[in-house]
Amino acid sequence: MIRINCPYCGERDHSEFSYGGDATIKYPSLDSSEKEWTEAIFFRKNIKGFQLETWHHTNGCRMWLKIERSTVTHEIRSVKPCHPDLQKVVENNK
Amino acid sequence: MKTSRLKNYGKINRDNDLSFTWDNKKYKGFKGDTLASALLANNIGVVGRSFKYHRPRGIFSSGVEESGALVTVGSKDRRDPNVRATTQELYDGLKASGQNAFPNVNFDLAGINNYLGRFFASGFYYKTFMGIPPFEWGKGTAIWMFFEKFIRKAAGMGSASTLPDPDSYEHAHDFCDVIVVGSGPSGIAAAIEAAEKKLDVILVEQDSLIGGDQLSEYEFDSSHIENQIKNLGIKVMTRTTAFGLYDNCVVGLLERVTDHLLLPDKTLPRQRFWTIRAKHIIVGAGAIERHIAFNNNDIPGVMTVNASKHYLNRYGVLTGKKIVITANNDSVYETAELLSEAGANVTVLDSRTNFEIETNKTFEIRRGYVPYNINGSKKIDSLDISKSKNISKSETINCDQVLLSGGWSPAVHLLSHRGVKPKWDYENACFLPSDTKENITMIGSSRGLWNKNDCIASGVAGATDALNRLGISKTNYFFPKPGGWKNPIKPLYEVKYNKSRSKSFVDYQHDVTSDDVRLAHREGFISVEHLKRYTTLGMANDQGKMGNIIGLSLMADLLNKEIPEVGTTVFRPPYTPVSIGALSGRNVGKHFRPLRVTPMHQWNIDHGAKMIEVGLYQRPWYYPKENETLSNSYIREATTVRKTVGICDVTSLGKIAIQGPDSSEFLNRIYSNGFSKLKVGKARYGIMLRDDGIVMDDGTSWRLAENEYFMTTSTGEAAKVMSWLEELLQTRWTNLNVNVTSVSEQWAGVSIAGPKSREVLNNCVIDSSVINNNNLPFMGVTSTFLKGKIPCRIARISFSGELAFEVYVKSDFSNTMMDLLWENAKKNDGCLYGLEALGALRVEKGHVTAAELDGRVTIDDAGLSKMASSKKSYIGSAMRKRGVLKNNDREILVGFFPANLKETFNAGTIVCEKHNIKGQGIGRITSVTYSPELGHWIGIGFVKGGLDRWKDTILVGADPVRNKQMNLKIVSPHMVDPKGERMHA
Repeated sequence: MIRINCPYCGERDHSEFSYGGDATIKYPSLDSSEKEWTEAIFFRKNIKGFQLETWHHTNGCRMWLKIERSTVTHEIRSVKPCHPDLQKVVENNK
Repeated sequence: MKTSRLKNYGKINRDNDLSFTWDNKKYKGFKGDTLASALLANNIGVVGRSFKYHRPRGIFSSGVEESGALVTVGSKDRRDPNVRATTQELYDGLKASGQNAFPNVNFDLAGINNYLGRFFASGFYYKTFMGIPPFEWGKGTAIWMFFEKFIRKAAGMGSASTLPDPDSYEHAHDFCDVIVVGSGPSGIAAAIEAAEKKLDVILVEQDSLIGGDQLSEYEFDSSHIENQIKNLGIKVMTRTTAFGLYDNCVVGLLERVTDHLLLPDKTLPRQRFWTIRAKHIIVGAGAIERHIAFNNNDIPGVMTVNASKHYLNRYGVLTGKKIVITANNDSVYETAELLSEAGANVTVLDSRTNFEIETNKTFEIRRGYVPYNINGSKKIDSLDISKSKNISKSETINCDQVLLSGGWSPAVHLLSHRGVKPKWDYENACFLPSDTKENITMIGSSRGLWNKNDCIASGVAGATDALNRLGISKTNYFFPKPGGWKNPIKPLYEVKYNKSRSKSFVDYQHDVTSDDVRLAHREGFISVEHLKRYTTLGMANDQGKMGNIIGLSLMADLLNKEIPEVGTTVFRPPYTPVSIGALSGRNVGKHFRPLRVTPMHQWNIDHGAKMIEVGLYQRPWYYPKENETLSNSYIREATTVRKTVGICDVTSLGKIAIQGPDSSEFLNRIYSNGFSKLKVGKARYGIMLRDDGIVMDDGTSWRLAENEYFMTTSTGEAAKVMSWLEELLQTRWTNLNVNVTSVSEQWAGVSIAGPKSREVLNNCVIDSSVINNNNLPFMGVTSTFLKGKIPCRIARISFSGELAFEVYVKSDFSNTMMDLLWENAKKNDGCLYGLEALGALRVEKGHVTAAELDGRVTIDDAGLSKMASSKKSYIGSAMRKRGVLKNNDREILVGFFPANLKETFNAGTIVCEKHNIKGQGIGRITSVTYSPELGHWIGIGFVKGGLDRWKDTILVGADPVRNKQMNLKIVSPHMVDPKGERMHA
């Protein structure tokens, strides 16, 4: 079982969370072209090793998290809030 | 085999005798017996029949690796098949029987399979797919389907009860610093060391007693060790198996709470499924003794050497009178001494010639001899032996038992669950655990240590390793070197039989012989994984605990390779079988998933509602009067709504509070239609798309104040929409100043629909002027009070197409609101209506719900192109016109009438052109109802090209599942009041 150290709630089972997706995607502005959106939505790398992904603490604090996780070992290197303001709060509280 | 109970041996309680039934006959045993030891004590040798050949089988072991004594325990709804008699504790009244045999294991008609063996060689099952040679007659699935029934019946073991399980099971959770798996000498040492260093320790033991292999020592008594470790605060869990290791030091345990009782305490679960989150795992799971493959090595009376030591010292059962021990290592000599001291005539055949061993010389040692063939069928008559050089029968020894030891395999299973491959150790002829970066330490004989002192030292070292890795100490430690015998082991896996048709079993339980391994090799299945699947080696419920290494060595031999080059199959959880009941725990029946009810749930039931599940929600389905059926009821309800007024609980809709200065901008981005100009006091119906341009959900948003909205979503998508809004705000549009809060549970909602709905509401609100047509026009929103000063929100929204209002109050006021509304609705000849009538009303209007918005439909497909703003960009706007979504062959929302108005149809009907009724057709009907307004059945659904293409053509509705077919007329989905005059009234 993956255990995720939520910056707000502490270490919890992955069953409390929902997987989001690739956290490195930069979604284009809403008025961008179909081509730009196609690349943002449909094209994904199949990474072996550490990747950045989003998770939602659905059954917890409801925070969206940016997690660096190895696709091979499930090792988690870092967990941060997605929202930059919340990131700052967490940094300051360390 | 002549087995007997000895007076001065064993740890059984002779003051507490138990009676049990084996194959309908009564026998006696003692408290502390296993079913296997009690059967042996009663001199019962044949306890099972083998999987394919139906050969008589006895008890091979004394533990979880048992592959012969698989029996059925219990009766009726508590009948449990494939129970290992070696681990089943005896209780008074236990009922057990042999399985896979007719009429019984002693005389089994299917024993003829033994002589048809060549037709049942490995792979025969797969070959039936290819037809019957020589011409592959009957190739294809038909013949396979025909034979499969018989094959399945003939092969296979016990059968499970088909009655509902009377027992309950539980899921439980715990945390600790260190979990120690196994309570042998190493596990106890590790647990004590860790606990003395103030760590929180759980000690897990699959047996009913702690001690591990020490339980086979004459003087060992587990009770005082148990007291010692409990005083240290160690949590001891017996009858508990660590069946799997998972990421982040999570351990799965199965605790058998009442499997050793006849009539379990009803307040206890039968089994507990534990999830333990540890910081460090120490595995002292022991080692398993291997057998040796030679002809007829499965005759009842064959057993591993260590098992017979267990039966002697733990259960006081001497397993033979004239015993031949055949071995290739030093571990057997202690047992040989014990057995001969206990009165057996013992001969040891050792395949080695040059070795030194000190014994009490009460038994004979034959150096350089191996077993060659057993004579006998249901019991051993004699053993043919051979010199280990130049294999052939050299002489015959009369005996009633043959004990085998082909070496020991450390139980590396749990480590293997973590993807750690074991490494082959030539010196000890076994796989040893490799190192891992994870916080897992292997100790004792599961790391290849063969003597007790080394095991104890490794336990202390393992605990120190845990302390170091947890950053508590920085102490040097070392593990003893693997091994520990005086003389090296000499690999011995198979003694080849020189005659044809040998039955040298590698995997007892699945009847895999050494010839099967050779056949797999000849037919090209040489990789370990192929070998396993082709022969089913290691696929029985012992999962290859005894036979795997032998199979590997045979394949290595055939390939002229070393064992490590051939590889090892990966062990996966569970280590021993886990019942489905334990996996599901309490999540069965009504508790399978959470149940959601609205705050007026009881009110609805009290007023005659029949309920239906919608997602997790219980919603009113219909409110029958007297003897009304569902159809009578919903037709009456829908008719009443169109004529006077009806009240419907709509609380299950998702409700989200959207607050903050950028709320309008936020809604404008997520809805496809414009929201920036929505005035305070107005609501708007909106559609949300996904990034890829497909419809996600629809609902209304009410502007309550400059910076505050109240959003409703569909019942089914509520949670998803909430997560989606949070995702957008937390990951994409982090500069927007908006807060979203789910308020679904906080508000109770009701819809009041029908021409008299305003009259009803007038009598319910304190100030009726706020809801007149001027102050509350169509799509108007107001916050006001119901009588009794109940604050409420009212919006003039219609799903039914009638003049209608949605009223929301805080959940606590829901019953008061319902009483008030219902009292006034009754005065206006109104009714309560449920989901079925709601559906009828909305289908008449062509409104889409989840049945239509199924994740494949675009705004244009749903006929809602007007809802797509061209003046702004929004989520999905760039993608909704992409490639395939532009295709003018898309299926578009239409209405359906039966061409013959007396006919009916069902949702799921496939729409086809008249002369081309096949495949997926050109469309589908998604929702149907009887329309009280029109007086016949109607439906909505999708057809390629939509109304424009088919309005003058009769199409065919094909319903092959119900064997129905009807002609269809395609109409506009807006079948009643298409201009919407009623709801604007």
